[in-house]
Amino acid sequence: MEMKKNTRSWQKHMEQVVYGIFLLLGLITIGCVLLITVYLVISGIPAIRQIGLVEFLFGDTWKPTAAEPSYGILPFILTSVYGTAGAIVLGVPIGFFTAVYLAKMAPRKIKLVVEQAVSMLAGIPSVVYGLVGMMVLVPGIRELFDLSDGACLLAAIVVLAVMILPSIIKMSVTALEAVPKEYEDASLALGATPEETWFRVSVPAAKSGIAAAVVLGVGRAIGEAMAVMMVSGNVANMPGLFESVRFLTTAVASEMGYASGLQRQALFSVALVLFVFIMLINAALNYFLKGDRKS
Amino acid sequence: MTSKKRTAFRWTVRLLMWTATALTAALVVALVVYVMAKGVPHITWELLSTETSYLYDRKGILPNILNTIYIILAALVLVIPLGVGAAVYLTEYAKNKRLVAAIEYAAEILSGIPSIIYGLVGMLVFSEFLGLGSSLLAGALTLVIMNLPTIMRSTQESLKTVPQSYREGAFGLGAGKWRTIRTVVLPGCVDGVITGCILSVGRILGESAALLFTAGTANNLNGLFEAMTAPGSTLTVALYYYAKEEGEFEVAFAIAAILMVLSLLINLAATWVTRHFQRRKAL
Amino acid sequence: MKPIITAKDLCLWYGSAQALDHITLDIPENSITALIGPSGCGKSTFLKTLNRMNDLVEGVKITGTVTYAGKDVFATDVNQLRKEVGMVFQKPNPFPMSIYDNVAYGPRTHGITAKKDLDQIVEQALRDAAIWDEVKDRLKKNALGLSGGQQQRLCIARALAVAPKVLLMDEPTSALDPISTSRIEELVTQLKDRYTIIMVTHNMQQAVRVSDYTAFFLLGELVEFGATESLFSQPVDRRTEDYITGRFG
Repeated sequence: MEMKKNTRSWQKHMEQVVYGIFLLLGLITIGCVLLITVYLVISGIPAIRQIGLVEFLFGDTWKPTAAEPSYGILPFILTSVYGTAGAIVLGVPIGFFTAVYLAKMAPRKIKLVVEQAVSMLAGIPSVVYGLVGMMVLVPGIRELFDLSDGACLLAAIVVLAVMILPSIIKMSVTALEAVPKEYEDASLALGATPEETWFRVSVPAAKSGIAAAVVLGVGRAIGEAMAVMMVSGNVANMPGLFESVRFLTTAVASEMGYASGLQRQALFSVALVLFVFIMLINAALNYFLKGDRKS
Repeated sequence: MTSKKRTAFRWTVRLLMWTATALTAALVVALVVYVMAKGVPHITWELLSTETSYLYDRKGILPNILNTIYIILAALVLVIPLGVGAAVYLTEYAKNKRLVAAIEYAAEILSGIPSIIYGLVGMLVFSEFLGLGSSLLAGALTLVIMNLPTIMRSTQESLKTVPQSYREGAFGLGAGKWRTIRTVVLPGCVDGVITGCILSVGRILGESAALLFTAGTANNLNGLFEAMTAPGSTLTVALYYYAKEEGEFEVAFAIAAILMVLSLLINLAATWVTRHFQRRKAL
Repeated sequence: MKPIITAKDLCLWYGSAQALDHITLDIPENSITALIGPSGCGKSTFLKTLNRMNDLVEGVKITGTVTYAGKDVFATDVNQLRKEVGMVFQKPNPFPMSIYDNVAYGPRTHGITAKKDLDQIVEQALRDAAIWDEVKDRLKKNALGLSGGQQQRLCIARALAVAPKVLLMDEPTSALDPISTSRIEELVTQLKDRYTIIMVTHNMQQAVRVSDYTAFFLLGELVEFGATESLFSQPVDRRTEDYITGRFG
C-alpha cells in the first residue's frame, strides 16, 4: 500500500516534469522570434542613433569607408522596393495565368507534370539561379541593350520574377481550387462560358488567397540575397533599370565579412530595416489569409 | 457584336493561360537542361574525391560534400526533438487558445524571415555571444531555428490524424499522459517527421545566405567532430565562391548540376512519401 | 397546351450506369411542372439535361433528343440555351459579391453594360423575386450576409435578370425553413404567368400545392405524367400509387 502510494506520487511528479519540458519546447518558436527581434533591435539601434534616423533612412550616399564617411541607405531601400515591384510586375501575371490554367482548365496529366515542374523550380537553390543569371542573363542584357556591364537591376528583377513564380502559382492554385463548385455552376447556368466563369466568379471568389500569394511573393523577393548579389553588380547606386545596384539584403551580405566599427553597426541597422519590411509584409499576409477564412 | 466580344475574350484569356503555362514549363526545362549541359561534363571522380589544392592545381569538392552532409545531420539531430516537442505540446497539452495562436503565429513569422537575417543573428548569437566562432556547429544551430517551423508544422499535421480513440484507449488502460504520448501518439507522427525532414533537407541543401557568416567559407577536409568546431563551406557556399570570387565556372556548374539532381531527388522523395502515407492512411 | 420543351427517347449514362431510360415528355408552356420520385430516380439528372449542365460531368453519354422551342438543345449554342433556360439550385449559391453585382452578373455576361439599363434590370428582377423591399437599402452589401431564404430568392432574381423563358428549379426549398419555403412557393406560383417552371421536389405536399403537372420518376424511368390533380387522386400506374401513398421512397 505504502509503495503504491509512492509510485503514484513519483508518477505525478514525472508527469509534471514532462509537462514542463513540453511547455518549454512549445514556447521555443516564440522564444526564437523574441531572440531575433531583440538582437536586431539592440544591435541595430546604436548606429541609427549615431547617424541620425533621417540621415540614415533618407541619405542618398553610402560611403562608409570614405575619409568623410556617409551612411545613407536610401539607395538600398529604393533598390529593394523597385526590384521587388519589378519582380511582381513581371512574375505575377505569368504566375496568375498559369495558376488559373492549372486549377481550372488543364487536363489531369498536364496539370500533374506542370505542378511537378513548378515544385522543381521551388527547389532549385538560389545560388544556382544566381549562377545561371550571371552566365546567361547578364551577358544577354549587355548585348541586348548595348551596355558596358549587364549586371544591373533589370537582371535582378528577372531572376527574382522567376524565383517567386512557384510560391505564387502554388498558393493561387490552392485558393482557386477551394472555390465552391456551386459558384461556378451558378455562373454557367446563367449562360456564361467557362472562361468567363473562371475570371469573373472563381478569381474574385479566390481573391484574398491570390492576394496572399502575391504578398508571399513580395516577401520572398525582398528577402532574397545570394541570387541578386550575383547578378545586380553590387554598387550602392540609386536604382535605375540598367544601373548596377545594391539591395538591403546584398548590402548586409557583401560587407558583413569585412566591416568593422560604425560600418558594421550600420549594417545591423540595415538588417533591422529589412526586418521591419518583412514584419509589415507578414502582417499583410495574415490580414489576407484571415479575410479568406472569414468568408 | 456582343458575341464577337465574348469570343474575343474567350480566346484572349485562353491564349494568356497557355502562354503563361508554356513559359513556366519552358523555363524549368531550359534551366535544367542548361545547368546539366554545362555541369555534368565537369563532374569527375577527382572533383568528387579530393580537396582543392593550389599546390597541385587541383579542384576538389569532397570537403564541401562532407560539410553539407555534416551540417544536415547536425541540424536535423537538433531540430527534430525541438520541433516534435513543440508539436506535441500544441496538439496534446496546450489548452489556452491564445497561446496556441501565438505559437503558430511565431512559427509563421519564423518561416517568413529571410535567410540573410538568420545568418546575421546566427553570427551574433552563436558565433560571437556563445563563442562558437565560424563553425559548422554555429551554422547548424542557425539552420535549426530556420527549420523549426517546418518540422513543427508537418508533425502537427500528422498528430492531428492520430484518432482520438487511440488516446482514449490508452488512458482507459490507466496509462498516464506521458506514457500515452510515448506509446500511442508519437509512433503516429513518424510520417509527419519524415516529411518534415525531407523538406528541411531540401531547404538546407539550397541554403547559402544564412551560412556565409556562421559556417564560414573554408574548404578543408575534416572528420565529423572536428568539422563541427571548424569553419567549412557547404556546396552552395562553395558554388558562390567559385563563381563570384574566383571565376572558376567549371567547378561552379559541376556543383550546380549536383545540387540540381539532389533537389530533383528530394522533390520526388517528398511527392512519393506524401503519396505513400496518404495511401496508408486511407487503408 | 403548347409544349415548350420536348424530350424524346432520352437516355443518359454516367460511365456504364444508366441514369435515364427512354424518357419521353412534353413540358407545357407557362405552367409549373413538378418532377417527383425517390432519391436516385433520375429527376435531377433529367432537369440538368434540359440546360445541358450534365455536359460538365465526365463520362456522360446521351442519346435521344431534347428540343426547346422546336430547336434541338444539343445543337444550339449552350450559352444561349442557358440564357433562355435558367436554373435555381438546391443550395442557395449567391456569388461572394454585392447583391447588386449578383443580379447584374447575368446581364453583364450577355453584354449589357450601361448603368441605367443594369439598374433597371436589377430592380425589376429583385421585385419579381419578391425581395426588393428587403434589400433595396443594401444593394452594395455582400450577398452572403442575407439569410438562407433571402439568398434563395436572390438566386431566383439572378436567374430572372437574364430574361429566361424557362426556369429549372432543383429542390429549391430543401435547404430552407418552413417560412422561407412558403414564401418561395408563393413566389413560384406568381411567376408562372410569365415563365415555364420545372421543379424537382422531394416533398409531395409541395408538388400538390404548387404544380399544375407532375411527372413521377422511378429508377431512371418516367412512370407517369399528368395533371397534378389527377395524378395524385387517380394514379394510373400501381407504382405511382405506392409512392404517393408512402409505401416506399
